[in-house]
Amino acid sequence: MKIDICEKSFSPWALLQEYEQEVLDPLYAGQYGAATVFSGTMREFNEGDGVTGMLLEHYPGMTDRYLEKISAEAAARWELLDTLIVHRVGLMMPNDPIVLVAAWSAHRGEAFEAARYLIEALKSRAPFWKKEQLEEGERWVAHNTPA
Amino acid sequence: MIQVRFFASLREEMGREGVELDAAVATTIGEVWERVAEGKERPSNLLMARNMDYSDAGTPVSDGDEVAFFPPVTGG
Repeated sequence: MKIDICEKSFSPWALLQEYEQEVLDPLYAGQYGAATVFSGTMREFNEGDGVTGMLLEHYPGMTDRYLEKISAEAAARWELLDTLIVHRVGLMMPNDPIVLVAAWSAHRGEAFEAARYLIEALKSRAPFWKKEQLEEGERWVAHNTPA
Repeated sequence: MIQVRFFASLREEMGREGVELDAAVATTIGEVWERVAEGKERPSNLLMARNMDYSDAGTPVSDGDEVAFFPPVTGG
């Protein structure tokens, strides 16, 4: 169970490969039949406007605490082997990865449900805020778009 | 003392990242808001945390606590 708050751009696919090889396989090779992944990427549009950049602010300390809490809730609710949450903070550009959520389990049902839970719980409880840079001016995102 | 912190759009509206408050002047988070908000009405969607756990206006506070106020979260 790992969480990471990342100040620089990351590749979700490179991180997943590294995590499986270095963390999952030594412990669970041959046991995980399912890995589900949600990868969130910055769009170049929101609510009808072009977005040229985005500043992601968070509450250091509380963010870590809630990502760990959410991961522990998923582990208690489903039969999981492991979970991984990575979230970007700071200034980012369109097409930059924002968030990576992954869940590993013996079977797909548990992994799918857990990954969905992790991302929805993160969006509603982890203290991150987005400020969009538009072609003219900037604005705070008031609420997340529905799933 | 109570450490009070503001985040995101609220930090910009308040014009500061936070403030220290004498613990003797507030017993709940709601009272902390009244002491630091300079007359600003508490937004209906305002989120509150005491020592990095979500709380509400009735949550008691004590000396040494960190209290944070912020708008709805928009991560992910």
